[in-house]
Amino acid sequence: MANKKKASSAATDLIVVDGEELTRDEVVERRSKRRAEAAKNAPTVVVDNLHVHYKVYGGSGATRGAATGALNRIIHRRKHDALRDVHAIKGISFVARRGESIGLIGSNGSGKSTLLRAIAGLLPAEKVGGVYTDGQPSLLGVNAALMNDLSGERNVVLGCLAMGLHPTEIKEKYQSIIDFSGIDEKSQNTSLRPMKTYSAGQAARLRFSIAATKLHDVLLIDEALATGDAGFQRRSEDRIRELRRNAGTVFVVSHSISSVRDICDRAIWLEAGLIRMDGDVDEVTEAYEAWSNG
Amino acid sequence: MSGTQTVAAEPERTSADPGSESLPPVDPEFHELGGAGVAAKYGLAVAGKRPNPIAYARRLWVARYFIVTWATARNQALYSGSRLGQLWQVLTPILNVAVYYLIFGVLLGTSRGVPDFIVYLVTGVFIFNFMQTAMLYGSRAISDNLNLIRALYFPRASLPIAITIIQLQQLLIAMVILAAVALAKGEPFTWHWLLIAPALGLQFVFNTGLALLVARFGAILTDTSQLLPFILRTWLYGSGVFYSIKKMVAQHPNVPGALTWILDHNPPLMFIQVIRDQLIRVPATTDPKAAADYANAMYVPAHAWLWLVFWALAVGIGGYLYFWSGEETYGRG
Repeated sequence: MANKKKASSAATDLIVVDGEELTRDEVVERRSKRRAEAAKNAPTVVVDNLHVHYKVYGGSGATRGAATGALNRIIHRRKHDALRDVHAIKGISFVARRGESIGLIGSNGSGKSTLLRAIAGLLPAEKVGGVYTDGQPSLLGVNAALMNDLSGERNVVLGCLAMGLHPTEIKEKYQSIIDFSGIDEKSQNTSLRPMKTYSAGQAARLRFSIAATKLHDVLLIDEALATGDAGFQRRSEDRIRELRRNAGTVFVVSHSISSVRDICDRAIWLEAGLIRMDGDVDEVTEAYEAWSNG
Repeated sequence: MSGTQTVAAEPERTSADPGSESLPPVDPEFHELGGAGVAAKYGLAVAGKRPNPIAYARRLWVARYFIVTWATARNQALYSGSRLGQLWQVLTPILNVAVYYLIFGVLLGTSRGVPDFIVYLVTGVFIFNFMQTAMLYGSRAISDNLNLIRALYFPRASLPIAITIIQLQQLLIAMVILAAVALAKGEPFTWHWLLIAPALGLQFVFNTGLALLVARFGAILTDTSQLLPFILRTWLYGSGVFYSIKKMVAQHPNVPGALTWILDHNPPLMFIQVIRDQLIRVPATTDPKAAADYANAMYVPAHAWLWLVFWALAVGIGGYLYFWSGEETYGRG
């Protein structure tokens, strides 16, 4: 499929981007222009020889919960049996600049989500001394539930306040957030129900809508787009392009190669905590597909 | 410009043959200056680095709308599962008073040598409960909200502070009940009652410090919330909530002076005694036993207000700095 796309340089199938119909060549041309411009912009994220170690409990036979095991450890003053060191990121370096949208691809456990958490500053500093960011990046993850026993409406207000919006600003934007998420399309009072009653897709849509309200300098998206329906995916892809146009930097972790191609200009392929390839999204995703297919 | 030409013209270095080494960045500036050099040139900061304590306080001030809204929403969610809903905020302290009245006033019929016992007891229960709940919920502030912490960046001290605000809201309702009990029991309304407000303000600062302290303990060691109830129960019996500590000490002549001093300056007891002192009127009496009972029950050590200010500042600032120094670690879980 990837080869076919490359071969059809005089492509006849049109791709709709932001309401414009473009040929494949026009898409590629615009992308390379955007990348050339972004290369001159100021960097927002610098990752310099990043290593991340995790301490993991469990995994071997002894479990944390077993009382005899715990007692044994205390008596013998031993460290936790099952404490293991996992070297998740093994020395990664790259620079991301304003106006770039970067897809992180790689097989399960390759360190993509760990890298995002390190960029978001959620891992202890001594382990991530090699990450420098402009401002506070926002991490939008699929598991990042807000407050499940509160209504969607409360979550919108709280999420916006936590991002630093002023209450009057939230009042102005509230309706557009609900409209964008589309959770009230089927039944009018979904936004008033507790979030624990939402489907996975509804919750993910609302989370994305909240995070996308603000123009972030750096937005990190971890599989958050996978759960929405087709209409919402198109809206969110448009929104990400808008963030990119406003000179932000967007990182997307996704197992959907086609959505990475749609959203991103650049891709970084991680494997076993190392960068295998970093460059134009078409080239990297094609190499990744060739590798994972055989 | 065709597709393939564009790709060829890309200045990026890519490799289709992955080796065991990670690729160096293709960025020319990175090659020239190094990662730290590029970061310094464009004013980038180390990711997740905590600001200094004053800048952190400023961030907390920016987050004040979030703190208050979160506290209010939490408070409402607390009773959202019950049929009477928000009515429980008022019912809980009323039922508390009713239970203590039933046990101590009716069943045991004893005031244990403490005059105005119901007002004395209810004041102690409410004031101690403020500290107790702030610490209990505070110790779970991080672990209960990991999802929120991992989803959004905000100063993490917002959570223990908001939890203490929730407890303050509940206490204020309880104080209205206490005022009604005091009036019903024949205590006169005097200007002294106004001094309860600054005392509660100082206790709020003190409790916030404690909540911040145990929040970090709880984040480091999840067993904290299992252990804390036992510590708090010991503290409860040492804080003269149900009886007069001074009277008990007076009955045991062998108690060392240092222990008496510590018992007298125990912060929750001082807050309770200062507030009792504002509420309960000591009548003029010629009966020496009654006079001694009042003297014991209402005993407030010298410079009590200065001590309250000291405790509030020491624990408030200490807890703040202790929590702040762990700021980077809370997202880890």
